[in-house]
Amino acid sequence: MSYKFDFAFLADKWPDFVAGAWLTIQLTILSIAFGFLLGTVCAMARVYGGPLLRRLVGAYVETIRNTPLLIQIFIVYFGLSSLGLKLSAEVSAVIALTVNMGAYSTEIMRAGIQSIQRTQLEAADCLGLTRLQTILHVVLLPAMERVYPSLASQGVLLMLASSITSQISTEELTATANLVQSDTYRSFEVYMIVAVVYLVLSALYRLGFWAIGQLLFERRRRLGTPL
Amino acid sequence: MIQLNANHLLYLLEAARWTVLLSLIAFLGGAVVGLPLALMRLSKVGLLRALASGYIQLIQGTPLLIVLFLSYFGLGILGYKLIPLVAAGISLTLYAAAFLGEIWRGCIEAVPRTQWEASDCLGLNRFQQYTYVILPQAVRIAIPPTVGFMVQIVKNTSLASVIGFVELARAGQIVNNSTFEPFVIFSSVAAIYFVLCYPLSVAARTLERRAHAGR
Repeated sequence: MSYKFDFAFLADKWPDFVAGAWLTIQLTILSIAFGFLLGTVCAMARVYGGPLLRRLVGAYVETIRNTPLLIQIFIVYFGLSSLGLKLSAEVSAVIALTVNMGAYSTEIMRAGIQSIQRTQLEAADCLGLTRLQTILHVVLLPAMERVYPSLASQGVLLMLASSITSQISTEELTATANLVQSDTYRSFEVYMIVAVVYLVLSALYRLGFWAIGQLLFERRRRLGTPL
Repeated sequence: MIQLNANHLLYLLEAARWTVLLSLIAFLGGAVVGLPLALMRLSKVGLLRALASGYIQLIQGTPLLIVLFLSYFGLGILGYKLIPLVAAGISLTLYAAAFLGEIWRGCIEAVPRTQWEASDCLGLNRFQQYTYVILPQAVRIAIPPTVGFMVQIVKNTSLASVIGFVELARAGQIVNNSTFEPFVIFSSVAAIYFVLCYPLSVAARTLERRAHAGR
């Protein structure tokens, strides 16, 4: 093997990588937040809704979970634009990632909500909590607390999966790598650098999720039980 | 521009065979590499544990797409021809191994501690413990999550399209380039993936329920 590694291109290309990583962060934070909200609503619908609503949510979850994200992205970007709804690559990416995250978090949150015992709801009733208070403090937050580790790893997986949006020319980290490697022909080095950046990002996201967990689940923090 | 016709659908179905083949390669490769990884994670030797968990962290912390690019261009550096099937097979194997290794470690750990102690008392060595006592029980626990993970493998083979391997997703792009009916075509592609994946999802859920029914 006589290959010589050459990272010289980094000297003037590093701002591109930073910009790409920044877009990756923006896209994924938006999609994780929207996707989680969508998933929570769908999970409530799936547990407490009528039969038709339950079936609709079930169909949504199964469709998304059994088809590749790449194809979902293509349908949103190319498919919708051929039907007359033209969206920019970034907006399409956020929509596709949100819909994807929504399906997975529906399943995760459903498990959490179903783990809340009926007696908890009765107790909340006895205490005179309003419906909204019950949903928020007795159902959703404790449910979220129980499934938080799964939610967090789904968030990290989504961040990694956002690399697929490079295929519709969203200028995020992977697309930046593709551009730089076609400029410099140092493909192996470029992807090595990007792999390291993704590793750092996933560590950061895990840290971020941990911090959010500490803020949200006060009781657990006081008791000192790790998430 | 060519009108979309039955031949296009046939072409997609033919390409789906490559998706199936690639999934099988990834699953078998992942199993062959993943089992040793799981055992290494549970080893008494610290170095083996560290190596295995380092590998798993590395793969689970980078997108499969980047692993795919690295193995595709990496093969080129090593002086081999850039064969998409080989690069895709290698990277999907690396990916599946990391996840299967982690899943199976959990399954082995789920075998009750007392089984280890009992087999210790019977004077079995570590190899005998694994082959006669632990693994047969771990396999039963492992089947539902493993089937569930196969769905992920099938879906992720779609990324091989990016390095030019003509499987289902790439075939969809090719048909789209000649007919330009993206909504119909990619929906059909999604439907074919669904047909491949949904039975696996249902099987995983049924097996899961059955496994819990006994308890």
